[in-house]
Amino acid sequence: MSEATLPDRATNLAAPAARPRTARRTGAEGPVVQLLLITVSLAFLLLFLLLPLISVFVEAGARGWAAYREAITEPDAVAAIRLTLLVAAIAVPFNVVVGIAAAWAIAKFEFTGKNLLISLIDLPFSVSPVISGLVYVLLFGAQGYLGPFLKANGIEIIFALPGLILATIFVTFPFVARELIPHMQALGSTDEEAALTLGASPWRVFFAITLPNVKWSLFYGILLCNARAMGEFGAVAVVSGKIRGLTNTMPLHVEILYNEYMGAAAFAVASLLAGLALVTLALKSLLEWRYGDAIAAARRH
Amino acid sequence: MSVAVTIEAIDKRFLAFQALRNVSLDIQPGELVALLGPSGSGKTTLLRLIAGLEQADAGRVLFGDDDTRDLSLRDRRIGFVFQHYALFKTMTVAENIAFGLRSRPRAERPDGAEITRRVKALLELVQLPDLERRYPSQLSGGQRQRVALARALAIEPQVLLLDEPFGALDAKIRKDLRAWLRDLHSRTGHTTVFVTHDQEEALELADRVAILHEGKLEQVGTPDDVYDHPATPFVCEFLGEANRLPVKIVGSQAFLGDRPVLGGLTQNQSGPAALYVRPHHLKFVDETPLSIPGVVEQLRRTGALRRAEIAVAGLTKRLDLDLTSQVAPAIGERVRVKITHATAFATA
Ligand SMILES: Nc1ncnc2c1ncn2[C@@H]1O[C@H](COP(=O)(O)OP(=O)(O)O)[C@@H](O)[C@H]1O
Ligand SMILES: [Mg+2]
Repeated sequence: MSEATLPDRATNLAAPAARPRTARRTGAEGPVVQLLLITVSLAFLLLFLLLPLISVFVEAGARGWAAYREAITEPDAVAAIRLTLLVAAIAVPFNVVVGIAAAWAIAKFEFTGKNLLISLIDLPFSVSPVISGLVYVLLFGAQGYLGPFLKANGIEIIFALPGLILATIFVTFPFVARELIPHMQALGSTDEEAALTLGASPWRVFFAITLPNVKWSLFYGILLCNARAMGEFGAVAVVSGKIRGLTNTMPLHVEILYNEYMGAAAFAVASLLAGLALVTLALKSLLEWRYGDAIAAARRH
Repeated sequence: MSVAVTIEAIDKRFLAFQALRNVSLDIQPGELVALLGPSGSGKTTLLRLIAGLEQADAGRVLFGDDDTRDLSLRDRRIGFVFQHYALFKTMTVAENIAFGLRSRPRAERPDGAEITRRVKALLELVQLPDLERRYPSQLSGGQRQRVALARALAIEPQVLLLDEPFGALDAKIRKDLRAWLRDLHSRTGHTTVFVTHDQEEALELADRVAILHEGKLEQVGTPDDVYDHPATPFVCEFLGEANRLPVKIVGSQAFLGDRPVLGGLTQNQSGPAALYVRPHHLKFVDETPLSIPGVVEQLRRTGALRRAEIAVAGLTKRLDLDLTSQVAPAIGERVRVKITHATAFATA
């Protein structure tokens, strides 16, 4: 029997640089219009976004380095920072797990009530955070539906850590799920089916196939979810009770300081939050710049 | 290693849509069967049912004597090559191929060195040595196809299922891969079912061809069988071009109008019928008996052959005729053509 041979085809390696990332516009608009548009948007960005951010840092440093250090190391501030980190450390992983589960269910299965579930996931985005907080007070507060039962059993939710966590989870839930759903839907289930026919257990399919396939979207979602979890004000303000050193998160702490005319201290703590925002932004940009092609490719498939 | 596959009276519906109707098919161990049908005829659905990725509403699939409903996906030991390859894009070629082996329960899992050895052997088998470290996105379509096949073969499957394996490739590579797959099959001897909508591919490659149409199996047979003796008008038209002549059959003769055009019909089916004649089963003749007069209207080239289109009085469509000799008639020339082979189907 003769050996079958195949023509040796040149492999077409993915050429990342071949395609221009931003198509140059050569429309009917003249250079004047172009310049005008760019100037307007730049001016707006500078005035409304960058200037406030810079002023936060300027104000924070207005009284010098020692005052700054003092403001962010005094016990109430440290307690607020720790509480914020703790709340995020619980709320974010929770939303990651539930978000993956919800995205998985929506993307890979057909069931009645699917559209309702998709709308529900968006609910926290469409509802004012204050209302989200009030709902929990209504449910778990001393005068709430479950209040007497909780009190009888010695469980504290409102004006305590559990309330903060619940409110934060509610407000930040959509971030992970919303990043994952379109990506998973676009991917379909063929990779998973292939893995199953190759004999992989459902567990292995999830960790070896599904998760790696969406890792960038997931990372993205976690980044945004975390930024919001640490920065959330409205919902948390309602359920916190603002007990200093106990239920005061960083955003709440900033507000209290500011209301007490301790502007420099307020801006010092605020500068930490602003720093977090910048780090998030930087990571996000880095991700897009470094892995932009991979992310786009993963989403295209 | 190879096992017989028996498909028994399968029904499958998606909501109100009946995707498969009472499909039965026996596949011998080591046989290469092509599932042929137009898009949407249920080929993929049937393949997924054999694999266990879809559950039948009625009927069952046997591997040897085992009812597959009692087997887990892993125990079915299916080598499935998906239509768009479904290579794991976050893994290298080597990791893709090793995936099945690494997914085995610890007790049956080969050790690292053994896996590396097998991956190498498989890459050689599919003629892609030295591509271990590439990612799927760095491969050409034909290479991806062969990696997908290597990955499926790695689990030492009992049955190999290929869904339009060459569907996304260009014509030249398709032809090369055809010969290669045929050769690979004769070496490895897996019971193989492959799906295609390309009749040429099915006829050239398969031991037997099963033709699906709107969820029903129209005919199963060897390529010669189904090509020369199509069981239904659909099979006849799907397997290749054919002229359709409305005739009346009286005794053993077919009449076009009141002119006899074909004799020696064996089926006793007097009455109106459709006569299907392939372009190469028409030839120019001089003598009059059983011939059809017409005028050459058009000359075309179809690949290797040249084709004449002949207008015949009483027929709305021109007859297509493949020219076998270099001598071609002129356009406008009056000719006589004779049918050398045809299949008749009674029409109501
Ligand atoms: N999961 C599904 N849900 C609903 N309809 C489906 C599903 N899978 C296939 N079908 C329908 O079944 C028919 C056969 O599909 P398929 O087996 O993919 O055809 P083929 O592979 O021959 O092109 C198509 O009309 C398709 O729309
Ligand atoms: Mg198909």
